[in-house]
Amino acid sequence: MTAAKYLKIGFGIVVIAALIIVPMNFNRYGLFILSQWAVMTIAAMGLNLTLGYAGQVSLAQGAFVGIGAYTAAIMTSNGLPLIGALGVAIVLCFAIGWILGYPALRVQHHYLAFVTLAFSTLAFLVFRNEDWLTKGIYGISNIPRPELFGYPTRRPLPFYYVCLGSLGIVSLAVWWLIRSPWGRAFIALRENPVRALSLGIDTRRYTLMAFAIGSALGGVAGTLYAPLTQYVDPVPFHLSLSLDLLMMVIVGGSGFFFGPFLGAMIAVLLPEWLRFTQGYYLMLYAIAVILLLIYSPTGILGILDRFISERRTKAASAQRAVAKAKLEVTP
Amino acid sequence: MKPVFLASALLATVLTGAAIAQSGAPIKLANVAELSGGGATVGTNWKNGIDLAIEEINSKGGVLGRKLEVTHADSQSNPGVARAQVQKALDAEPYVLLGPGYSGSVKVTAPLAAEAGIAQIMGGEAAELTQAGNKFLFRTSFGQQSSMPKVAKYINDELKAKSVAIVWVNNDFGKGGRDSISKEFAKYNIKVAADLSTEAGQADFAADVSKIKAAAPDAVFVYVNEEESARILKELKRQGITVPLVGETTLVGQKVVELAGDAANGARGHVGLTTDAPVELIKAFRDKFVKKYNYVPDHNGLKGWLAIYMIKATTEKMGKVDSKGFADALHGFTITAAKEPGILMDATFDANGDIDRQGFLVEIVEGKQVVKQVLPKLNN
Amino acid sequence: MSNLLDLLIAGLATGAIYAIVAVGFTLLWQTSQTINFAQGEFVMLPAFLMLAVMHAGAPFWLAILIGIALSLLLLGLGFKMLLVDPMLRHGVLPLAIATMALAIGIKEAAKQFWSAEASPFPSIIPGGDITIFGRVVALQSIGVLVLAILAVLGLTTLLNRTSIGHQMQAAAQNPTVARIIGVPVERMILLTFLINAFLVALASLLITPIYLAKFSNGEVLGQAAFIAAIVGGFNQVRGAIAGGLLIGVVDNLSAAYVSTQYRAAVPLVLLIAIILFRPQGMLGRPEERTV
Repeated sequence: MTAAKYLKIGFGIVVIAALIIVPMNFNRYGLFILSQWAVMTIAAMGLNLTLGYAGQVSLAQGAFVGIGAYTAAIMTSNGLPLIGALGVAIVLCFAIGWILGYPALRVQHHYLAFVTLAFSTLAFLVFRNEDWLTKGIYGISNIPRPELFGYPTRRPLPFYYVCLGSLGIVSLAVWWLIRSPWGRAFIALRENPVRALSLGIDTRRYTLMAFAIGSALGGVAGTLYAPLTQYVDPVPFHLSLSLDLLMMVIVGGSGFFFGPFLGAMIAVLLPEWLRFTQGYYLMLYAIAVILLLIYSPTGILGILDRFISERRTKAASAQRAVAKAKLEVTP
Repeated sequence: MKPVFLASALLATVLTGAAIAQSGAPIKLANVAELSGGGATVGTNWKNGIDLAIEEINSKGGVLGRKLEVTHADSQSNPGVARAQVQKALDAEPYVLLGPGYSGSVKVTAPLAAEAGIAQIMGGEAAELTQAGNKFLFRTSFGQQSSMPKVAKYINDELKAKSVAIVWVNNDFGKGGRDSISKEFAKYNIKVAADLSTEAGQADFAADVSKIKAAAPDAVFVYVNEEESARILKELKRQGITVPLVGETTLVGQKVVELAGDAANGARGHVGLTTDAPVELIKAFRDKFVKKYNYVPDHNGLKGWLAIYMIKATTEKMGKVDSKGFADALHGFTITAAKEPGILMDATFDANGDIDRQGFLVEIVEGKQVVKQVLPKLNN
Repeated sequence: MSNLLDLLIAGLATGAIYAIVAVGFTLLWQTSQTINFAQGEFVMLPAFLMLAVMHAGAPFWLAILIGIALSLLLLGLGFKMLLVDPMLRHGVLPLAIATMALAIGIKEAAKQFWSAEASPFPSIIPGGDITIFGRVVALQSIGVLVLAILAVLGLTTLLNRTSIGHQMQAAAQNPTVARIIGVPVERMILLTFLINAFLVALASLLITPIYLAKFSNGEVLGQAAFIAAIVGGFNQVRGAIAGGLLIGVVDNLSAAYVSTQYRAAVPLVLLIAIILFRPQGMLGRPEERTV
């Protein structure tokens, strides 16, 4: 058991080191794609909290990314620091999530999905129509990249490290959260809401909390998206981004900590790898996702999980057999 | 899978080998366009125009004896993806960058191309694109800042309209046109009687037209895509609106006439670039395009074609394939159809990368485009 | 005031289309808990199938028949056997995501194998206008409305007046009990998929002359139908019909009297309001399976 744990830690260190060192000689395109992956992973982690841990479907994660992106775009274009925008985006998304979730969760079930579906289209319309704030369909261009501790991050590599670092911080925070009593309450909610209620957990408040925190992480992803692309317009934050993020969570494995990492990898990198097929690449991507889900509806990590638990059951039944044999031998 | 791959690799080696033996390495171009998502129709036309032009040039021996070669990348009509794909294209150091067509995607990518010192020939029409001082960006069509004044002048001088209803599609194309023309109307003291935003793909224009009816304007300016133009023309006729309907290429194209039938009669507009233009070379282009792709291209097909011929003419003028000198050579350059038939109509590129060319005012009469007026180039 | 009639008729005609698409939506949800995010693409595709058959030289009427048959085969039987059956027991969400991917796949296939251009499509309803109560109305609007109403009436008769309909309802409401009393539940579920495939083919036939055959048609339609289904009540066929008609009319009225820029917002605000005050939808029944 401890050997397996060391193996896990060692593997983690190798992956992190690789994420830091390997991209050093990537070209600008590779760095951009990897940065996109980091940003989308943050947004998907937020959704994973809502969906995977608290069991609620949100169809507005893309809209929260949009709110974060617009907050960053508007504030940094006016000379305010990105870190300030980050704070505003977190508070804004958390508050909106709370207000949206409150009435929807009154009736449980798929109503949060419906309300968030409506919200994401409403948000798109506001981004597009309120010229005075968002510059409408023209979008906001020339969004500056921040300076961190006096270092400019204008070049692709430094900004990739900003994205990767943010992903690291968010991962640690989420890791801590799901191991805190709150996180355990979230999981209790997903597994058995009635029992959770009877154990004295205020189910609605915790569900709401999970959704609001998840939405705030969408906002965090947005504040990185804006300086990454350096241009924000309403179109990328349409309902389709919310659906894409949902796909990332499910494909990676909803409810698994590392699910969003893999899901975002599939959603961001797989189409890029398939581009050599020219006009067919999105079709092949769609087929790949469908096949994967048919093979393992619990996502990529579901396969791994199934494999591990099968091995455990095998090991356990082997042990049982041994124990049984011993029992039979003793008398 | 493997044998196929090997065979194609072998084939590719043989082909490139042959090309090199014949005439030096091919000239590499990179195209990033909207091949999926909301702009797929725009991007596909643009791509097909490019492919058609390259095929024709290569079959006649290429440019300075070298073949042209293009890679196409899909921006998914998303500026973020466009940025990634342009970066990928620039990392491969193309001779010239082509596309994108959406103004937003152009805004994201233009600084990258400028930084790399590579000329970018794009399809965006928003006025501001060429006004930011970028020395590497070129248009293939009139920007809205040069087409809208002509339309407004026509509405004021010829139609003597005092109030106009504007119908526009709420994307960067429609909004840009609406903002440009509103500015012009203000100069002439023309009142905007109704300002109606519509959605791309909208099927039902009953509400919009009833608003126009209520506003009772002297003329209606329609700035939506071809398919929606046809639908709104039908609805305007149904609700009995008889005031002049004025628009741009997208209102008076052949496609609109086919879709709207009788309802298109009387529509008029400014046409900068259209496959219906009364120019023999353009008609020939249209026939070639239809023969290869089985449909009539819109102006984006023409834009893609022109982009390639701009590259050909400029390169031949320089006498060498010089990526760094390309932008300088194209600024202030007049390409004449007499010397380079592929350019279809004489065109001049100014210091901002804007194009100057003849335009037409046309009216649909009994299902046919009739040219009412030829608008000369701005600067001769 | 005179405008109002124009708006109502046009809105009802659009709403009738939403209604047909939304009914299929609710049928699939009721019998097999399938949320089909590709429903819009299901409406887009049959027109392309018919165009392809016509391209091969068949007359229009034959193309319609073959198109409907293909749609029953692909979007009914194929969809159920290849995608829904293997995934259904794993819950609603993975299947919903798979249908999202399916939507991308169908859209890209139509674009790649046919064209990114909008293609004209012949109409089974003659073009032109007629005058009713002094208003000029497109014959097409009337035709769409009438055919949609007929389809929906036919469906409700099937569901409420025939033994197959009763068996289908039983299978939808309580599959376990239905199975015990001898209802062939599996066959009934298949039947709803076939009905859905027929409805989308019909919708395709009715709207494509107006929308033109274009790969992106499904995006707007699918979302509108989804919202119509929720507004009407996700678990009731007549709710979906009312929801569809309501969304069509509200969309037009809000464009005329509220704001054209926010026309799409009004139905959504309506949706949120309905969830707040009547979560089971206008005509839906409250779900008993809460938790």
